[in-house]
Parts: sequence; C-alpha cells; structure tokens
Amino acid sequence: MIDNIKIVYHQGKQFIPNPTTVEVPGVFRGRPLISREKVNETELLDLCPTDAITDNPISIDLGKCTFCGECARYFPEKISFTKDYKLSSNERNRLIIKEGEVNPIEVNPDTVRKEIHRVFGKSLKLRQISAGGDNSCEWELGASNNVQFDMSRYGIDFVASPRHADGIVITGPITKNMAEAVQICYDATPDPKIIVLVGTDAISGGIFAESTAIDRSFLEKYPVDLYIPGNPAHPLSIINGLLDLTRKH
Amino acid sequence: MNYISIKNNQTILLSDIPESNYEWFYDKNIDLVSGHPERHCVNYFGYKSGNNIKLICCIADDSTHEILISTCLVNKAHDLESFTNKLLCFEKFEREIHENFGINYIDHPWLKPVRYANNRFDKSQVIANYPFYSIDSEELHEVGVGPIHAGIIEPGHFRFICNGEQILHLEIQLGYQHRGIEQLFIKKKKLLQRATLAESIAGDTAVGHSVTFAHVWESLCNFQTSRDIEFSRTLALELERIAIHVGDLSGVCTDVAYQLGSSVFGRLRTPIINFLQEWGGNRLTKGLIRPGRNQFPFTSALAERLKQVLDIFEPEFNEMVEKLFSLPSALSRFERTGVVSNADALSIGAVGMAARMTNLNRDIRSSHPFSFYPDLNHQPILKRHGDVYSRVQIRREEVEQSISYIRKLISKIEPFIVQEEILKTPKPNSFCLSLVEGWRGEICHCALTDKNGELMFYKIKDPSFHNWLALALSVRNNEISDFPICNKSFNLSYSGHDL
Repeated sequence: MIDNIKIVYHQGKQFIPNPTTVEVPGVFRGRPLISREKVNETELLDLCPTDAITDNPISIDLGKCTFCGECARYFPEKISFTKDYKLSSNERNRLIIKEGEVNPIEVNPDTVRKEIHRVFGKSLKLRQISAGGDNSCEWELGASNNVQFDMSRYGIDFVASPRHADGIVITGPITKNMAEAVQICYDATPDPKIIVLVGTDAISGGIFAESTAIDRSFLEKYPVDLYIPGNPAHPLSIINGLLDLTRKH
Repeated sequence: MNYISIKNNQTILLSDIPESNYEWFYDKNIDLVSGHPERHCVNYFGYKSGNNIKLICCIADDSTHEILISTCLVNKAHDLESFTNKLLCFEKFEREIHENFGINYIDHPWLKPVRYANNRFDKSQVIANYPFYSIDSEELHEVGVGPIHAGIIEPGHFRFICNGEQILHLEIQLGYQHRGIEQLFIKKKKLLQRATLAESIAGDTAVGHSVTFAHVWESLCNFQTSRDIEFSRTLALELERIAIHVGDLSGVCTDVAYQLGSSVFGRLRTPIINFLQEWGGNRLTKGLIRPGRNQFPFTSALAERLKQVLDIFEPEFNEMVEKLFSLPSALSRFERTGVVSNADALSIGAVGMAARMTNLNRDIRSSHPFSFYPDLNHQPILKRHGDVYSRVQIRREEVEQSISYIRKLISKIEPFIVQEEILKTPKPNSFCLSLVEGWRGEICHCALTDKNGELMFYKIKDPSFHNWLALALSVRNNEISDFPICNKSFNLSYSGHDL
C-alpha cells in the first residue's frame, strides 16, 4: 500500500491544466505561415509529396499536407510552420492556408449543424474506426485520454460499441477492404450522429490518394462534421477540434 | 553452388543471382533451413518476368552474418510442390505467391488468401467470403471478433472455436488495412514520396521502416552515409523501442485491470515521444529519417536535454516496474498464459521478441548488425518460457538496455558533417536487401531495379508477417478472457502486415 502511495506521490501532478492554451515543447510543425515573398513556384510545388501546395496564390491544403516540412526547409523565406496546434475546422476549405494569411483556423459556428451544440455540448461519446490508418493517429487518439491530456474531463470519451456512440471518428484513407465495415458501423450508430476525420490520410487520402486499393465513396454520401489535420494529429489538435465543434463560443 | 551469399545492405546485379530449376531451388532452400535454427527465411516472393514468375528466396544465416539468395523461374500454369509441406515457416510466403500470381501448390495445407491485395490474381475472392476453418460439433461454439474492435486499434478479424470458456483454435484474418503500398512504391517516382510511404507502412514503427528504406536506397545509389547519419538512426531506433515498449506495458496492465500501472506507464511514454518531437517536430517520428541526409542533426544541446529526460524517466520507470513485477495478482495473470514453445516458434519462423521469448536468438542488431550496433556489441535479451510473462520481462529489460545504449551513444556525439546530397540514380538491373531490427523484430525490404535504374519491384516484410501465427498458437487451451492480454503482449502490426 505504502509503495502505491509513493508511486502516486512521485508522479506529482501530470495533467495539463489547460489544453486549450498550453504550449508544445521544442520543434513542432503546426499551422503554416506563407509570406508574400517571390520564389521559384515550380520548384516549390514540385517539392510536395502529396501535391498539397498549389499556386495562384500559393497555398497549402492542410487536409493533404503530411507536415514533412520539406517546403519550409528549402524555402524558409516563403513558408514557416508555427507551433499552433489548433488546426481543425468543420469546413474543408478552411484547411487551405493562403499566402499572407495569419488568422487562426477555426470552426465556423454558422455552419455547424444546429443539434450539435445542444445534444453533444456537455457529453460526446465516439466510436473510432481505423480504416487503413497506420496506427499513428490511433496512438494519438489513445493518448488524448491519458492522464496528461485527459480529454474525458470535458465529457468526451471513446466507447466500445457504435450503439453507445454519438458519432464516428475515422482514421486512415478508407481501404476497399474496410469500406463495408465503415458503413455498417455508421449505420449502427443512433441519430443524431457526427462524422470526424482525423489525420491527413482520412481527410484526403494523403500519400494514398491515388491508390486503387482505397474506396472513399462513403465520404461522398454523408456530411463530415469535423476535420482534424495532422500526420498524425497531435492530441492537442484533437481535443481542441472536438471542443470547438461541440462547445458554444 | 546455385545461390549467392550477400551481406546486409549489399547491392548486387540481378544477373549475379544464379538461377536454377524449381527442383533444385526447392531442395536447396529446404536443406538450408531444415535442422538449422541459425538460418531462417527473411523474405520469399515472386515478381512477373515476361509471362513467367520469378521467385526469389532469401535465407539469413545468423552465424555467418550472410544472406543466401537464390532464384528460380516458374510458369504459373505448372503446379508446384510446396516448401510448406516440409517447413511451416514458408506457409504465408507461399500463400502470398499464390494469391498474387495464381501459382498452384499441390501439397500446401490450405492456400487461403493473405490480405486480399488489390493486385491479387483472382478478383472474385473478396474479404467478406474468407474461408474460415470450422469444426462441426454440438459441444463447440464459435466467437467472431472484428474487424472493428472495442478499443482504438487497427482492424482485423479473430475467429475463435471454443469449448466453453476454453479456446481450442484461433484463426486470424487480416487484409482490412491493405493500402497497396508496394504498388505505390513503384508508382510514386519522387524520393520524398517513397520516404513518406516507408514511414506509413506501420506508423508505430516509422523509424524502423524508414531506416530500412533509407538503407536500401543508399545502397542502390552507392551512397556512403556519414557516421552522424547512422548515429541519429541508431538513437531514433532505440528511442522508438523505449516509447512503444512502455506503451505496451501500459496496455498489458490495462488488460489485467491494474489501473496504477496502466496510468503510470501510459504517461511515461509521453516524455520519450515529446523528446522525439523536440528533436524532429513529430511525436511519432514522421519526417525524422530521410535517405541520404541527416534531416535533424543531433546536437549537444539535444543530448543534454535527452540526458535530463532519461534522468527523470529512469527512476520513475524502475519504481513502477518493480511494483508490477512484485504483484502476485498481476504475475498470476502473466505466468503460463499464452505459451508458445521454442519448437513452435522455430517451426513457424518467429522473429524479434516472439522468438527471443522462447530462447530463440533472433536479433538483427547482433546477427546482421548495421548502423552503430557493431560498436554497441549488442547482446539480445532472451527468455525461456514463451508466455506473457516472458514477453513482459523482455520489454522491461529491453527498455533498460536501450537506456544504457542511449546514454553510451550521447556521451560522445558524432559531429554533424554537411554532406552534399548526391543520391544518384540507383544502379540498373540490381537487387538489394536490407534488414533492420525494429522494436517488434526483423524488418526486411527488398528492391529490384530495371535497366534504367528505375524501381521495378519493392517487397516489404514486417516482422508481424511471421508472428501473427505465434499469437494464434499462443491462445490455444487458454481461457478466451485471456485473449486481450495475449494479443497486447505480442502487439503485432495490422498495417505492416496488410501493406
């Protein structure tokens, strides 16, 4: 017994007091800034492994970006990654960062479905589906509920059955072999329900976008309520995204 | 002698691999492995060569530190005798060759689909119609779990045949994670795209697979890496090992309902992966390893920081681990649960922790050393019982060993050498094989180039490819309620298997 108390004592306070304002340590590639500097655009566009960078004006689509940082390495005067981990939005277009844009990425309260605040504002239970996810976003979703990030303090939890869930969280590009299971799981979740995509692979297919082994037709059928970019998404991106979606501003 | 012997990371001309007829190929490879626990098959695959299929078999010899490569051209219209009938460790390799090319083996026990790959030969076979083994009996019942599981994990289907609470048989069906990675390696032409693919093979082994790909690519391009590049890679591999092993200890505690261990180990993973982020900007090490360059040079400031992290981590880890290993309620769930015998591990060709838990010494860090491992003189940690306890013990001791290696490495940092990136076109008509010991075990990548030096074929093998069968065998005669802890103590990769 005394050993247990000693261990607990030695752990000290582990939880992050405020996950919406805490700063991440060291280097972190979060929301990028693109300056109006003139650079060789063809070379810049050619660098990106997933064609996330487009021109007129130069912009980066965080739904496609793998956050590898190659563009910032070769064009530091043009592109830099800030430590801002608030990357989520309910609008796909909001993930596209344009030249000269410095505003934070936000959930647009006007386009959030009405029932979301009312029904899920104080409690949200989610069923996670890995559909070709490489187990990195899965690790980070798990970490969101460890004693440090402690997402369940906000009443947000992952549950075992879709029958108990208020929505599904998809990771991975959705493989052909998982397509049917994703549909069955979604159908088994009672209404009203939300769909959250976590990670670049889920949002756009990422590096797998051109693979013939994936089937993303599920996403054409239903509205997506929240996009959480990252490769993998950081637990702070996940927590802040879900809070922005479900809480009143 | 109809095979060629190469070293780890060596590039040879495809024409240097002597071609033989199937009869010789069959006899020789069986002869090499049979009765020789120091030799095992690290990769065996086929690729299209005109209208025929070329088979390449790679047998690693741990005592001579060599890999023996042989090849054979077969016509898919002809039925073949299967290696599996003599040696079970070839079972999945032959199923894969059958699935991809339609080659028929006359005496293979059951040519079931491996992953319903997108490039499979017979598209009429779909994942919903997997042919499960079943037993017709009124006393027995079946339990099907998955592909979606109760936790936040990857998909796979487990089909149990039980007698009451006891498991008689478990069959594991995979393929749900198949993203067509091997085909994308050919389709995507940019090096950065391929490096991105390599780190997505299994996101929990991003360092392991990225280092393997980097070694293959650098060898094909005849690029000599500087010491600091290999220094960073060794350090990253050992940090990844600590992070995942600690996370697994947390998972094991969760599965025996030990809340304190679950929380403490769960949070102890954080300082390690947060350090990886401080170093390379990503907690799961994506973007840290790149072929031909030291992407994030390891500075003395980082070394000082890592030392601080470990100085705090080590006593906290030791305190928790000592408590766990003295708890009768936890040990009674670990000991003699999920046993795999040494003979079974050997027969199925288990690698990594799944081999070492049964005293089968398989560790690429000592048998085919790469990067800084020759300097570290690595001694693999071996256990004898092959149960959950052995697997948990290995994790504890490997964490301690990795910490000592890291302390040794960072006491003398390799200075960063600004190296011109001169990754030329890969050598044409060549073959390269690279082996790396990731935290799960042996990772093997093979690459073949065509006459223009373009990548023609890329073959990836995650250690899980061998080890899933070890999990299926381990649960026999155990209570079905012990399945989660057996599964967690192996912690195998779905995406690394399905590709």
